[in-house]
Amino acid sequence: MDLILPDFGLLVWTGLVFSLLMFLLAKFAWKPILNAVNTREQKISEALELAEKTKAEMQALKAENDQILKEARAERDQILKEAKEAALGMVEDAKGKAKDEAAKVVESARLTINSEKAAAMAELKNHVASLSLEIAEKVVRHELSSDDKQKALATQLAGEIKMN
Amino acid sequence: MQQAGKFSSLLQIIVFALSFFVFQPFAKAAEEENFNVGEMIMHHIKDAHEWHITGPEHGGTSIYLPVILHDNGFKFFSSKYFYHGKEVTVTNKDSLTLHYMEGVGPAKGYALYHEEIYKLNNEGALHFEGEHPHNASPTDLSVTKNVASLLLGSLLILIIMLTVAGFYRKNGAVAPKGLAKFLEPIIVMVRDDIAKANIDKHKYHKYVPYLLTIFFFIWINNMLGLIPIIPGGANLTGNITITLFLAFCTLLVTVFSGNKNYWGHIFWMPGIPVPMKIFMIPIELIGIFTKPFALMIRLFANITAGHIIVLALISIIFINKNIAWAGLSVPMALFISVLEILVAFLQGFLFAMLSALFIGAAVEEAHH
Repeated sequence: MDLILPDFGLLVWTGLVFSLLMFLLAKFAWKPILNAVNTREQKISEALELAEKTKAEMQALKAENDQILKEARAERDQILKEAKEAALGMVEDAKGKAKDEAAKVVESARLTINSEKAAAMAELKNHVASLSLEIAEKVVRHELSSDDKQKALATQLAGEIKMN
Repeated sequence: MQQAGKFSSLLQIIVFALSFFVFQPFAKAAEEENFNVGEMIMHHIKDAHEWHITGPEHGGTSIYLPVILHDNGFKFFSSKYFYHGKEVTVTNKDSLTLHYMEGVGPAKGYALYHEEIYKLNNEGALHFEGEHPHNASPTDLSVTKNVASLLLGSLLILIIMLTVAGFYRKNGAVAPKGLAKFLEPIIVMVRDDIAKANIDKHKYHKYVPYLLTIFFFIWINNMLGLIPIIPGGANLTGNITITLFLAFCTLLVTVFSGNKNYWGHIFWMPGIPVPMKIFMIPIELIGIFTKPFALMIRLFANITAGHIIVLALISIIFINKNIAWAGLSVPMALFISVLEILVAFLQGFLFAMLSALFIGAAVEEAHH
């Protein structure tokens, strides 16, 4: 029967010891332990949150980089294309100019040749004319060297005129 | 495989040898007189003024614990003045032979009968009515086996927990190591799965220290009780006084935490007709006490039953007076002992869990 009857002495001791234990544990054990655990849990959750945020930021950054890279690539292609076009244009231009220049040179050469030719022809003509005059003079002189010959010529000329 | 077989047989021999060593006194007792299993078991699960180590019940090796009596002022003396006192044999009216120990020296004038201290009457004897003496009892505040075990267990909890607290104090909020690594998941379990799961999330914080204390108090003392030799073996958490006190603490916490909603449900249950409301009042009032009462009985019965089963299984050997029975009784006792390790944890968990549940119900806000 006394197995299920509480004992006063033990009850007093239990009350004393348990209260003291509760007080000491609450003050010197549970408080620091729970504080440390809570702090750490908070730290961990904050770190996780930060990691998540950083990851998102990294992703955004990467996307941005990709965009920039893509744009840069497009720009480079554009520049290259333009450069090629410009080079081609320049070559075309140069070609055209050279052709024009050559044509001009040829033209001016021709003109010079023509004018030189004309000049030469004129000189030749003058020369021929003076030569002819000289010959004519000589002939005339020869023809008119005696009176007889002068008369004959005059007659001949007069005869020719008559025939006309 | 063979290694494991060798190991388990070695283990069996050790367990057998140990159990033989521990229960040797009863073997001797069995030789002298008829071995009384019930008496032996009762003697073991009840409190005592000595802490028996080995040898026969009288004249064996024991630690004699201090006796503190309040009887017109305090009296302190060792219990050896009872155990080494004068053994008196009387025969009562029903011709029952009863033994009690009359104190000598500083214990003069007192007698110890079934671990209870009585004052001797004018004739210097105990006067029996049936099996119980009708003498006056002084207030017994002795450091009994259970008190010593209580002090030891509490000291152990304090050392363990202060070590853990010291780790955090020294290292700050870092990943735990050593003892802290082992205990932190259990502390977090009590906080999250016991307190937070049952009590409103804004109010659970202030109950966590209480729940942690009762959980570890019950668990560690249960474990100490499973150790068959000193400093264990006391049936502390299987003592009705301890479980009564713990259940009373939960009752106090519950009653003083109770809010308007809680008392409203007890004295004027909402949602039922008025005659039913009146009818429910006594039922709900009794309910306040039956909940902690169940806590008290559950812990007491579980732990005491565990001790009784182990002792009863070992007693098979001494009942049959044949050592061959150890082949049956020792493995069975070992199995129960291992089961008791689980029960030790489970009972601590249940006590804390149900306490949290009652507190949670008391602080719950109305939500309809």
